[in-house]
Amino acid sequence: MNVPTLDNTVLSLVTFTPLAGAFLLSLLPRRDRDIKVVSLIVSIAAFLVSLHLPVHLRRSQPGFQYEIYLPWIPTPNIHYHLGVDGISVWLVVLTTFLTPLCVLISWKSIHELVKEFFILLLFLETALIGVFVSLDLFLFYFFWEATLIPMALLIGVYGHGRRVYAAVKFFMYTMIASVFMLAAILWLYARTGTSDFVTIQKAIQSGQVSGFATAAPWLFLGFFVAFAVKVPLFPLHTWLPDAHVEAPTAGSVLLAGVLLKMGTYGMLRFNLGLFPEQSRHNAKWVVVLALIGIIYGALVALVQPNMKKLIAYSSISHLGFVVLGIFSFTQAGLDGAMYVMLAHGVSTGALFMLAGILYERRHTYEISEFGGLATPMPTYAAFFLFITLSSLGLPLLNGFIGEFLVLSGAFQARAIYGILGTTGVIWSACYLLWMYQRVFLGRVQNSVNNSLPDLDGREQIALWPAAVAALVMGVAPLVWLNAIDPAVSTALEPLTQLASKAVGQ
Amino acid sequence: MNGSPLYHAFATPQGVEYLRILPEIVLTVSGVLIMLLDPLVDERQSQRTLGAIGLIGSLAAIAATVVQAQYPGLGFWGMVHVDSFSVFFHFVVTTVVAVVILTSYEYMEVQQIRAGEYYALILLGAVGMCLMSSAVELVLIFIALEISSISTYILAGFRRRAAISSESSIKYFLLGSFATAFFLYGVALMFGATGSTGIERIGTVLASAQAAPVLAYLAVALMFVGLGFKVAAAPFHIWTPDVYEGAPAPVVGFMSTAPKAAVFAVLLRIVFEAHAPGTLWLIWVVAALSMTLGNIGALLQDNIKRLLGYSSIAHAGYSLVAFAALPDQGIPAAMFYIASYAAMNVGAFAVVSHFAGAAERYVTLEDYAGLERRSPVLAAALTIFLLSLIGIPVTGGFFAKFYVFSAALRAKLVGLVMIGLLNSALAAYYYLRVIVVMYMREGREEVPVPPVSFGLGTALGLSVVATLYLGILPGRVLEYAAKSASGLLR
Repeated sequence: MNVPTLDNTVLSLVTFTPLAGAFLLSLLPRRDRDIKVVSLIVSIAAFLVSLHLPVHLRRSQPGFQYEIYLPWIPTPNIHYHLGVDGISVWLVVLTTFLTPLCVLISWKSIHELVKEFFILLLFLETALIGVFVSLDLFLFYFFWEATLIPMALLIGVYGHGRRVYAAVKFFMYTMIASVFMLAAILWLYARTGTSDFVTIQKAIQSGQVSGFATAAPWLFLGFFVAFAVKVPLFPLHTWLPDAHVEAPTAGSVLLAGVLLKMGTYGMLRFNLGLFPEQSRHNAKWVVVLALIGIIYGALVALVQPNMKKLIAYSSISHLGFVVLGIFSFTQAGLDGAMYVMLAHGVSTGALFMLAGILYERRHTYEISEFGGLATPMPTYAAFFLFITLSSLGLPLLNGFIGEFLVLSGAFQARAIYGILGTTGVIWSACYLLWMYQRVFLGRVQNSVNNSLPDLDGREQIALWPAAVAALVMGVAPLVWLNAIDPAVSTALEPLTQLASKAVGQ
Repeated sequence: MNGSPLYHAFATPQGVEYLRILPEIVLTVSGVLIMLLDPLVDERQSQRTLGAIGLIGSLAAIAATVVQAQYPGLGFWGMVHVDSFSVFFHFVVTTVVAVVILTSYEYMEVQQIRAGEYYALILLGAVGMCLMSSAVELVLIFIALEISSISTYILAGFRRRAAISSESSIKYFLLGSFATAFFLYGVALMFGATGSTGIERIGTVLASAQAAPVLAYLAVALMFVGLGFKVAAAPFHIWTPDVYEGAPAPVVGFMSTAPKAAVFAVLLRIVFEAHAPGTLWLIWVVAALSMTLGNIGALLQDNIKRLLGYSSIAHAGYSLVAFAALPDQGIPAAMFYIASYAAMNVGAFAVVSHFAGAAERYVTLEDYAGLERRSPVLAAALTIFLLSLIGIPVTGGFFAKFYVFSAALRAKLVGLVMIGLLNSALAAYYYLRVIVVMYMREGREEVPVPPVSFGLGTALGLSVVATLYLGILPGRVLEYAAKSASGLLR
């Protein structure tokens, strides 16, 4: 195990390539062009290396792969333990996929402190990947917290008007919520003497953890609160619109594309993995919150005058689907939840890029400022329509698969969940298409918009991969699902055991 | 009477016993040397020459600590005990001294303070602090405490031309003497209760007695008041913000770390080695109060020195949480906390002293606006220290909090741990304010940022490396602390 092979080092390589790139950037002189080129190369390299993971993943094999397990700190007993399964592998790829696009989209929009911007971006990438590949609770917590600082700085330094307020709000929400997770981790560590996820999971399943039964509800909540803030689940969502509106485009893309998934991933991995009984016990109110999130997010999105805020609220709605899928405890629901995470990452990421492109031209996100943009910017309008359709769940595009699976899972769990969830799909068509209509169709209302230039080559290069991914994910979902499915059924195992036990009694 | 000072009274100390106080000797000699040379060197040159001697003295003291570590054991009629515990604190104190001298070098020039006795006072104060960590006899502890305190009283008033500095000095002196008096009362009562002033002897008496005498409880309470004052634990913290605001910035960096470390060492010996009775609830309450009051106080501060002053109250509270835990986890956790707090706080004050400018004009948060644009290196260093003070992973502050809280959890102090964790989340806000101001606000033109000198650069580099080392590879330090804890508990 300790002999370095490609199999056990590739994850470290993927995780730390961006960090090495950030370090390299810090040594470079402040020539903006060089810095951008280097960050682009580094992020593409990370993406290419990360492709190794799904390509060589042994898909039918349960459990974690590409594992590396090295002692790091003797007391507390922390190991450098990385590994991925069919769930996390895609989130890693999603991260590495979006980062080069973020670099491209920020090419011209960042004017000051360019070097720091790209250092932060690459640092953030490492932290995000680290969250998805850590199998040690402390390591996980490390990376979890490490995402906070670059993101807060990206918002606070490079954002728009009320950026400082948004950055501090984002930081404090996450920080305070993470404390509860840390408390739960500390408790688990104090009782088991290890922070290794797999070991703790086994210890809990075999009932070796003393006092677990009484503490479990609190532990579940400790983890859950930290994740729920990140998702964000209603009513802990208020930081998200602020953060999105103020963040620079790249920040929004990573925030919506990846950061939010840290929360849902955490629920799937830790809440379900460590506390199956509590998950089942608490599922009812979690699902209710998720449904509120779906409907409330959509309704609020409907009335937003600000394009970016609209997309932000649509994220709350979409992430509600993910939580609904996870806490339906059905194979279809969890498969779908995973798929929505990936699809949402691609299409909402692209939507934020599109909004950012418009902002660069007009310095506003107000929908009322636009109208009839399809005439001066036909290519842009075409991209926008395509991504909008994928986001609202048009069959044959990526959004549909996930939502369909989630809803069929929700129906299996309880019909009313499915019925209420389905209204979310309708709402999302309403707010997205209505926005599209107001921005692109009709005549040009505001004469300034007549002279807006269409997409240039760089912007198209940034958008094409997202558009292609949206299409491929809609047409050939099995490429993703046949890795997700076995991993999900492993994750569901303790829950189904629980259910059959309950039936047996 | 074994182990009591009277027993050995007539034996002359052997040579090896002098090696056991080698760092103290080295520090005294260099301190006295500075005093003697001060009138001889040219006034314009004195700052450089004497500072260099001070630096060499502190480095020699670090080396002497390494020598001292080779000769563990008792010395001087059982009053001094060199073990890995005391060596640990010697190392912390002497390193802090070196970093502070490196910081002061430039600061003193900017402030135009003639600085001969300044360096001497730092070194002589360090003698007291070092002695405190190895003293195992209450009277010697008291003397050491006084040596360390008196020099910090003077140091606090070193910005002679600033009224606020004199105020700080007087305030510190009056309240401090009051507190040491409490401590002395406690020592006297402890002698009455147990018939000894030797810590080990007290420990045996108190452990063997069926129920500790009432007098012992009172003695512990009084000693705790005195020591609680010195570490700025609530409710004995009122002086802290005022004194920190007025004292010269490098001195604040010094007095918020080194004497505190030494006093914590004494407290560890009293709580765990002397088996002081009734400390659990005392510590519980004081720790909870310090964390909460310190953090709430810091939320409202606009002066960075006051802010860090309140934060140091809170950090005293976090360290005290470890004192309520079981000894085998509590002692190493407390030691680790003290070491990492020393690293990050001395570093933070190095930045503050550099940035304060002549007559310490730039010490409000507003002055830090846009620091990132004008001096990215300073801003990055301060950010690392502040993140460590928050307790973000990959910095020493995280593991410090982690060890403390997990030790407390093992002792089933769930309530205290929750108070501590909520406090550390709350604390994130005011540290973050500083970072926000540095990175996200436009700077004011008139606030100058002098270039970073070599000495300051070294000081900052050392603190950053120490902070990150403790955050990435805390294993060895903790192992060492655990080893010394087991020595203490034997």
